[in-house]
Amino acid sequence: MSENNKILNELTQSDYKYGFVTDIETESIPKGLSEEVVAIISAKKNEPEWMLEFRLKAFRHWQKMTMPKWAHLELPEINYQDIIYYSAPKQSAKLNSLDEVDPELLDTFNKLGIPLEEQKALAGVAVDAVMDSVSVKTTFKETLAEKGIIFCSFSEAVQNHPDLIKKYMGSVVPYTDNYFAALNSAVFSDGSFCYIPKGIRCPMELSTYFRINAANTGQFERTLIVAEEGSYVSYLEGCTAPQRDENQLHAAIVEIVAMDHAQVKYSTVQNWYPGDKNGIGGIYNFVTKRGICKGDFSKISWTQVETGSAITWKYPSCILRGNNSIAEFYSVAVTNNHQQADTGTKMIHIGKNTKSTIISKGISAGFSENSYRGLVKVMKGAENARNYSQCDSLLLGDKCGAHTWPYIEVDNKTAIVEHEATTSKIGEDQIFYCNQRGIDTETAISLIVNGYAKEVLNKLPMEFAVEAQKLLAITLEGSVG
Amino acid sequence: MLSIKNLKVSIEDKEILKGINLEIKPGEIHAIMGPNGSGKSTLAAALSGRDYASVTGGSITFLGNDLLEMSPEDRARAGLFLGFQYPVEIPGVSMVNFMRSAVNEKRKYQKLEPLSSSDFLKLMREKKEVVEIDSNLTNRSVNEGFSGGEKKKNEIFQMAMLEPKLAILDETDSGLDIDALRVVANGVNKLHSPENATIVITHYQRLLDYIVPDFVHVLYQGRIVKSGDKTLAYELEEKGYDWIKEEVIAG
Repeated sequence: MSENNKILNELTQSDYKYGFVTDIETESIPKGLSEEVVAIISAKKNEPEWMLEFRLKAFRHWQKMTMPKWAHLELPEINYQDIIYYSAPKQSAKLNSLDEVDPELLDTFNKLGIPLEEQKALAGVAVDAVMDSVSVKTTFKETLAEKGIIFCSFSEAVQNHPDLIKKYMGSVVPYTDNYFAALNSAVFSDGSFCYIPKGIRCPMELSTYFRINAANTGQFERTLIVAEEGSYVSYLEGCTAPQRDENQLHAAIVEIVAMDHAQVKYSTVQNWYPGDKNGIGGIYNFVTKRGICKGDFSKISWTQVETGSAITWKYPSCILRGNNSIAEFYSVAVTNNHQQADTGTKMIHIGKNTKSTIISKGISAGFSENSYRGLVKVMKGAENARNYSQCDSLLLGDKCGAHTWPYIEVDNKTAIVEHEATTSKIGEDQIFYCNQRGIDTETAISLIVNGYAKEVLNKLPMEFAVEAQKLLAITLEGSVG
Repeated sequence: MLSIKNLKVSIEDKEILKGINLEIKPGEIHAIMGPNGSGKSTLAAALSGRDYASVTGGSITFLGNDLLEMSPEDRARAGLFLGFQYPVEIPGVSMVNFMRSAVNEKRKYQKLEPLSSSDFLKLMREKKEVVEIDSNLTNRSVNEGFSGGEKKKNEIFQMAMLEPKLAILDETDSGLDIDALRVVANGVNKLHSPENATIVITHYQRLLDYIVPDFVHVLYQGRIVKSGDKTLAYELEEKGYDWIKEEVIAG
């Protein structure tokens, strides 16, 4: 092994910074999944009858389904009876101010760098933090309420805005959509709801932070964003979890609805615990994210930086139904050690003059497997649809894999669909060239990787971009071969 | 400045350099010539710290420090510069970012504050003029899509930016047309001063018409078999390397 490799390998194993466990009292239900458990979750959340009905329908459907096997993943058997489906930090009833939040919990969110305190108001980020199954605190609710913006936990929305939830929940991702969507629909515990009224430009970035804390717990959250005519919102999502030897399941659903001229920008930095360097532990991240550009001239933009999780199965997609609607997908997916990722997007062109862009940058290191899987579908009536796709793969070392599965289905002759793909490798020559100019190996990798991914990183909101750059460097340290 | 004593270097267990001795003082230009496979590039690799060139014996002292104990990046920061025979392309990394990292790493090593953006850009402009490099080259990614000549000019530009104490130019003349050769040589001459030194590694005498060496060494089969002044280079140009080989065999 060369000297560079040695240094790199030592550095690669830098600790997962978010691996701490919060010592906090939680209220959990016993392991296992049944109609009874679904009913308990619903009862815990004091849900109306229609919500319980929805859950039970989803659960019965899920029971008839089998886990999908088509992804390029080595999926272990998951024992769904061995998971706790509801766990909540124990607290005295409702919270009125931050003073009432458990200090341990506040400490956790401080460690995570979440601007939960009011002093961070200046940063202009409204945060909904979800720990295990329960939404802990939504900041800035009042400021937003003045504009008619609703930003609250999903549970609250079920109670306070049942009409909106009934109308839109499952309208983009029905519970029949896929195995994990059905599971989520049956047992989801909380999540965020966001509603931007007509003509309103949301004055701050809205942000949700997800954290799995309790052991043996699955996290199943739902996010629903509805942007009415001519509105705009930028939404951020971050995720972390403690370091544990057993795998934990995360199966979320995100639904976005954009009406005429509405714009939604959804950014994710996914940093779930990836497992250790031997592939022990880590989160299984099976997520269904989909948006619909329902109105004319609407726009949905997904930006994701995926560095965590042992296994990722995720395809943030867009249905371009409105005429002249626009959809974008910008992704950086990094895998190291024994991580596996099968991620990409689907762009379904239905409306006329619709336009989609896909920029995917995969980075694989160690023994990891990193796949891009995407579908561009142009339906019969989608006159003048345009798509541009670019899928690049960067390899570090020779024990990892990069794969690209672009599917293109075009049923309209006026469509223009472009696809470009490249595969490259960080070589020892490149590293040495940097070394010889006084740049150490760690910095060199960070320069090269950030250069490679900058098209995507540039799409992130400022504060997220900085975090993401650091995350890329940490994830990849020590992985050149 | 640089003192090489009985240096032995192997690549994949094959001994390439079999005892090199070389003394270089500030202000001097040394040319190292020799036929293909004589070990010229291996010497450059060993000096810059490439891991495939494993040093099996001897010592190298650079500005009073044991060079062999230093990492490649510390050698660079201490003032050792290698002009690559084949400069490497780094797509996506802009020349500006690359050079700013390099310059600031060096300043950090010298316990200086990093340059501000405006000072850095000013420095870039100045140095671009010195080496007559095309302005748009520095707006691109490191060496990406550069022609052979542009890559070599870029090496000289980087050398100007980093102001090394010792520059080693490995076959800088290979693949250059006469105009590019002149630009590169002018750059090297402009950067030369009584405080720094240059090692020019070349196969042909041609470059030495532009960069006039104080000493010429002939490397053959892993040893310096002959040293002299610049007239030795002319002699080699005229008679080729065969007479040296014969001398070695006879000796």
